[in-house]
Amino acid sequence: MAAQTMTGAEIVINALVDQGVDTIFGYPGGAVLPIYDALFQQNKIRHILVRHEQGAVHAAEGYARSTGKPGVVLVTSGPGATNAVTGLADALMDSIPLICLTGQVPTHLIGSDAFQECDTVGITRHCTKHNWLVKSVDDLGRIMHEAFYVATNGRPGPVVIDIPKDIQFQSAEYAGMQNVAHKTYRPRVKGDIEAIREALELIANAKKPIFYTGGGVINSGPVASQLLRDFVQLTGFPITSTLMGLGAYPASGKNWLGMLGMHGTFEANNAMHDCDVMINIGARFDDRVTGRLDAFAPNSKKIHIDIDASSINKNVRVDVGIIGDCAHVLEDMIRLYKAKAIRPDKAALADWWKQIDVWRDRKSLSYKASDEVIKPQYAIQRLHELSKGRDTYITTEVGQHQMWAAQHFPFEKPNHWMTSGGLGTMGYGLPAAVGVQIAHPDALVIDIAGEASIQMCMQEISTAVQFMLPVKIFILNNEYMGMVRQWQELLHGGRYSHSYSESLPDFVKLAEAYGATGIRASTPGELDAKIQQMFDTPGPVIFDCLVDKKENCYPMIPSGAAHNEMILADDEDSASVSEEGKMLV
Amino acid sequence: MNAENKVERHTMAVLVDNEAGVLARVIGLFSGRGYNIESLTVAEVDQAEHTSRITVVTTGTPMVIEQIKAQLDRIVPVHKVVDLTTETHAIEREMAMVKVAGTGEKRVEALRLSDAFRARVIDTTHTSFVFEVTGTPEKIDAFIGLMRPLGLVDVSRTGVVAIARGPEAM
Repeated sequence: MAAQTMTGAEIVINALVDQGVDTIFGYPGGAVLPIYDALFQQNKIRHILVRHEQGAVHAAEGYARSTGKPGVVLVTSGPGATNAVTGLADALMDSIPLICLTGQVPTHLIGSDAFQECDTVGITRHCTKHNWLVKSVDDLGRIMHEAFYVATNGRPGPVVIDIPKDIQFQSAEYAGMQNVAHKTYRPRVKGDIEAIREALELIANAKKPIFYTGGGVINSGPVASQLLRDFVQLTGFPITSTLMGLGAYPASGKNWLGMLGMHGTFEANNAMHDCDVMINIGARFDDRVTGRLDAFAPNSKKIHIDIDASSINKNVRVDVGIIGDCAHVLEDMIRLYKAKAIRPDKAALADWWKQIDVWRDRKSLSYKASDEVIKPQYAIQRLHELSKGRDTYITTEVGQHQMWAAQHFPFEKPNHWMTSGGLGTMGYGLPAAVGVQIAHPDALVIDIAGEASIQMCMQEISTAVQFMLPVKIFILNNEYMGMVRQWQELLHGGRYSHSYSESLPDFVKLAEAYGATGIRASTPGELDAKIQQMFDTPGPVIFDCLVDKKENCYPMIPSGAAHNEMILADDEDSASVSEEGKMLV
Repeated sequence: MNAENKVERHTMAVLVDNEAGVLARVIGLFSGRGYNIESLTVAEVDQAEHTSRITVVTTGTPMVIEQIKAQLDRIVPVHKVVDLTTETHAIEREMAMVKVAGTGEKRVEALRLSDAFRARVIDTTHTSFVFEVTGTPEKIDAFIGLMRPLGLVDVSRTGVVAIARGPEAM
């Protein structure tokens, strides 16, 4: 394409179109008016007007995680940018590719404490993968394309481009998609073949192996998930996953142990503790997963595949670190595994599975059923059962409901589960659901929420109504910030300091006030019919599911404990936490 | 204390694109992740390429040092990171300007000692000297220590710069 002269605002739009962007999430304001004006005069990009900038970022995250494409956000300067910060930090922790365009006061006013001015690049430096302040309109086109490159290559993450208002008005030549290769940032995707050989040596001799996989497999794309499935089948090894990695291996797969970590299954955590070879693919030894570090899988050799070199040996020292993209590394691994005709130790593996079955028989996800009150776990199981056969995407807020969703809603495919893992952002689920529904208009998109979390970005129901997005908000309403209460019960003598949800709105009326549909279920008997009614309702629905107020989320590794020191639902009365554990979050 | 928990001192050279905010990114990494900075120097080293070299002296266990290097390496405008302490045989130098005020015996003694350190006098009045002294940080520490009782009034140090021995670039 020959270079064309256009305004900065037009460069922004053209660069987005060149990058294949068809949807952006945003909120207008003084410092982005020229870009909004350019948006108004075109029809290639659809703009989704949110109700709060945090919602825009989470919506873009939902869009990105469910499509594999980067999400794009457009917000104004000052409060527009600061409101976006939580979403950016969330995306950084969970490695979600986002491009966030922020308006800035005109160049000559920067540093003068102008109206709606803030040091956006300074504030967002720590919660983005990279950011730019555009100082000359001549740089704008290049920076736009560089930003997409940085956000989507290597370990993905959010980036910010801060564009002063005068730059949006000025004209420059725009040369299209050229020179996207970055001068300094060129992450490697192919793993070191020697390291892969070393890993295979460990795998070949493993007696009690386990795959421990994470969000990196999802981020790498559908090929990585397929290769993972192939490799698990080839080896016959058991597999567990972090919260972020659910769906990469199907929950119905026979080697699946369920999620691991603080609220993971008994079999997954015990297998992690007792394994002799751990194959970590795209996970990062997060503290929710490892528990007490000095007691973490003490007798194991550890292999770690990660695209980010800084993830390797950060929390846990590993024996073989492989820096590269999961799909590339798995491809090489499978090829060499076959070429070397590696045969796993069948007898040892059979013993290992026998031991795992003993742990499985403990049925750590079981709970006391009730025909009087709705158990939250039961509600999620019914939600899953009744949604079978549909293309279902689940988002969540943060807390007990999130863990119950992870435990009781099985995922068969990647990119169908959107939850705030690293940052743990209450308020994530509803706007994320908006973003998912925008990308998948015909899918069933459910935000499994709590009555406390949902109020943090409640306003986005208005976005759903405006854009006729049939998102289903399924609130497990126990009138408590349940996870806070659970910890207060466990750690602070049952002194429920400010964790009771006082003065709750009537969620049914609230739905109606927004122009959505409200449904309430309070007994197990009526649950199925009400869930069906929710599915059959064409527009957005708020489902107020009144659940057991005192239910706690088990199993649980209390903080400061090891994988084999889990509290199960049936021994919750004897639960205790060490003094050091109390210090941890 | 075993080798894994032993705190070591490492000098790293970081070649960066000389763009706005790059120093803040590097410093922010250290403060944000709780790493130590003992010394940090930065200056443009290639005008045509707009690259600057940051020399940072840090301390940590081997695992922390490895982590610092990996974290530095993933900053987008960073070209290259070399742990000069482990990967090379490096030379380190620091320069200091040391102001000593006084008269009589002490003044004579300061001048005599400066000679032993090959320090140069770069400013003088009847009651003061400014010495320029170059060497390892330890040498400069020693010089400053000696000047203290002789009327030390002010010190300005550059921080450590370092380069690998031999013919290769970093």
